[in-house]
Amino acid sequence: MSQVAEAPEKSGDVGAYEGLRIRSLTKEFASFTAVKSLDLDVPSGSFFALLGPSGCGKTTTLRMVAGLETPTSGSIELSGKDITWDKPYRRPVNTVFQNYALFPHLDIYENVAFGLRRRKSKEVDRSVREMLQLVELESQTRKRPPQLSGGQQQRVALARALINSPEVLLLDEPLGALDLKLRRSMQIEIKRIQTEVGLTFVHVTHDQEEAMTMADTIAVMNQGVIEQMGAPAELYDNPETTFVANFLGQSNLIEVEIRGPEGDFVVVDMQGTLASIPTQRTHVQPTVGEKAWVGIRPEKVLIAEVGASIDAPGNSIPGGVVSDVSFIGVSTQYLVRMPWGQEIQVFEQNTGRRRLFRQGEQVDISWHPEYAFLLDHHQDASAGVDKVDAPS
Amino acid sequence: MSPLQRMGRWVGQHLVLMGGLLVIVYMFVPIFVVVLMSFNKPKSKLIYRFDSFTLQNWLHPCTDQSMCSALSRSIQIGLLATVVATVLGTLMAFALVRHRFEGRAVANLLVFLPMASPEIVMGSSLLALFVAAGFGGQLGFWTILIAHIMFCLSFVVVTVRARLAGLDNNLEQAAMDLYATEAQTFRRVTLPLVFPGILGAALLSFSLSFDDFIITNLNAGNTTTFPMYVWGVAQRGVPMQVNVVGTVMFLVSIAIVVGAELNRRRQEKALA
Ligand SMILES: Nc1ncnc2c1ncn2[C@@H]1O[C@H](COP(=O)(O)OP(=O)(O)OP(=O)(O)O)[C@@H](O)[C@H]1O
Ligand SMILES: [Mg+2]
Repeated sequence: MSQVAEAPEKSGDVGAYEGLRIRSLTKEFASFTAVKSLDLDVPSGSFFALLGPSGCGKTTTLRMVAGLETPTSGSIELSGKDITWDKPYRRPVNTVFQNYALFPHLDIYENVAFGLRRRKSKEVDRSVREMLQLVELESQTRKRPPQLSGGQQQRVALARALINSPEVLLLDEPLGALDLKLRRSMQIEIKRIQTEVGLTFVHVTHDQEEAMTMADTIAVMNQGVIEQMGAPAELYDNPETTFVANFLGQSNLIEVEIRGPEGDFVVVDMQGTLASIPTQRTHVQPTVGEKAWVGIRPEKVLIAEVGASIDAPGNSIPGGVVSDVSFIGVSTQYLVRMPWGQEIQVFEQNTGRRRLFRQGEQVDISWHPEYAFLLDHHQDASAGVDKVDAPS
Repeated sequence: MSPLQRMGRWVGQHLVLMGGLLVIVYMFVPIFVVVLMSFNKPKSKLIYRFDSFTLQNWLHPCTDQSMCSALSRSIQIGLLATVVATVLGTLMAFALVRHRFEGRAVANLLVFLPMASPEIVMGSSLLALFVAAGFGGQLGFWTILIAHIMFCLSFVVVTVRARLAGLDNNLEQAAMDLYATEAQTFRRVTLPLVFPGILGAALLSFSLSFDDFIITNLNAGNTTTFPMYVWGVAQRGVPMQVNVVGTVMFLVSIAIVVGAELNRRRQEKALA
């Protein structure tokens, strides 16, 4: 499994890695291992999202980077300098906490100035005013944190960390407590600020939409390990594990038997129909006779009347029956029951050029070979399905 | 509406107010008497009655030397006991809240015990202890001090512990994350946030120590504190200067309460 993100500027192996580099980081709590031998490379200047379900070890990882938790083993490097055992106040890293952790006895101005004052900065007043302007809180400087709204508190927490110009800014689900609308606008806000200041952001979230809209690179984390890492589109298009396939968007996973490689494709027997998967989308050894999962995104599945000509030869399956239709305006979601009993999800854009299918109607389904992916059969087909923020 | 009905309604509407006023009068009559008596010039020592107005009691509070020495002893013991109990108790509260150690649950429970047990039991067992340890002949200032520190300690621990338990320890981590060393974190974040609890504990300690009678009396030997002095002279006629002390104590408490309230209002106003 490749876990190295594409760095914007390739530094190669010459000199130190510019950015945050984590190697075989492990954290054990008594008998429980929260983070298991984690490897991570966060290129400097990037917006990096750590995405995973609740309890998968995201906060623990961030806390180790911030120095608030001692790793059991492994190393953390920042611009080539080993900081694994440094005290939190000796690291050029700042955190926006999951619950903000603003100082209730200090006003907004002093909260934001806290880091600068500790480092005896000469330019406290100017910096604080600039920073409060950036987060649009100039008018609230003398209020105390409990008197601010959730969104305002969140911005104070952001300003308090950002003002120190850390090499890496850690954000631990900073938007978790906000309502949906505020959340969307804060996402844009944070992304804008990151582009403006150009620092490295590591953003923890369990909301896949949030990760996809904000990040350059996403690492999907599950039960203490990184499942896959890459650009949002890359992860979505070509997931390597069933967990990623289900957690990031939705996927149909169909049990198949491998027939073996054939040119740039791997041919599989999909419940009686032969289908081919491009080799670079195959994430399992193509051993003849072995079982595997074929994955296909619902919006990539084409639905057609029985016998209608289709443009995806080789990956077409007849004999489906529409078992459920839900019309949601921009698209229609079908559930199609296949001859072997599985229900396949199909999303169709409502372009207006085709009629809707009715419940009980016979249909064929098909897809272009380059959209499917092949996954290891040992993985649980329902891993990552029941996530907290399922998009409706 | 007949006048009778109207009166009935008025009474009905103001019943709660009247009740409240009566309770307040009931609470303040003794204090009023103390204040009044501090300006009294009695005809006879034995008849406790307002005879005529004078400022003599206020101008010469120490006519009875033994009263003033008892008073100053009480204040000394109170201050010393407050300082020692507050420091020790605060440290204990930190240990109980912040550290996971063997026997923590038991320690948490034991701290409550001195508060719950009757003073007469504590006082007599302390006396027994002092005598058994061979200090029977040296009962006085120091034994009283030790006793006072002991019973103040529980109250300090309980007060500070409540404050600490309500403190989000993410705040200290946030401070460390923002370049504050351990010492700076304590000074800039932990202490300011716990301080109201510590101050409350100190005030409570002083007033507990100042007016304790039972435990003090048992462990005082020949030494006299202010409450013991008042008790002692009660049979032969209390000098009017005792009322001066009472009035001053009352004014000081009021000043503290009003000061705290004003401070709170000022802060709120600054924020509005
Ligand atoms: N101090 C601790 N002692 C024991 N177990 C812990 C401790 N801190 C965390 N854990 C466990 O480690 C696991 C990972 O916790 P962590 O807080 O990193 O999750 P998370 O991914 O941030 O989840 P969430 O999205 O809910 O914040 C959890 O199962 C948690 O119970
Ligand atoms: Mg978390």
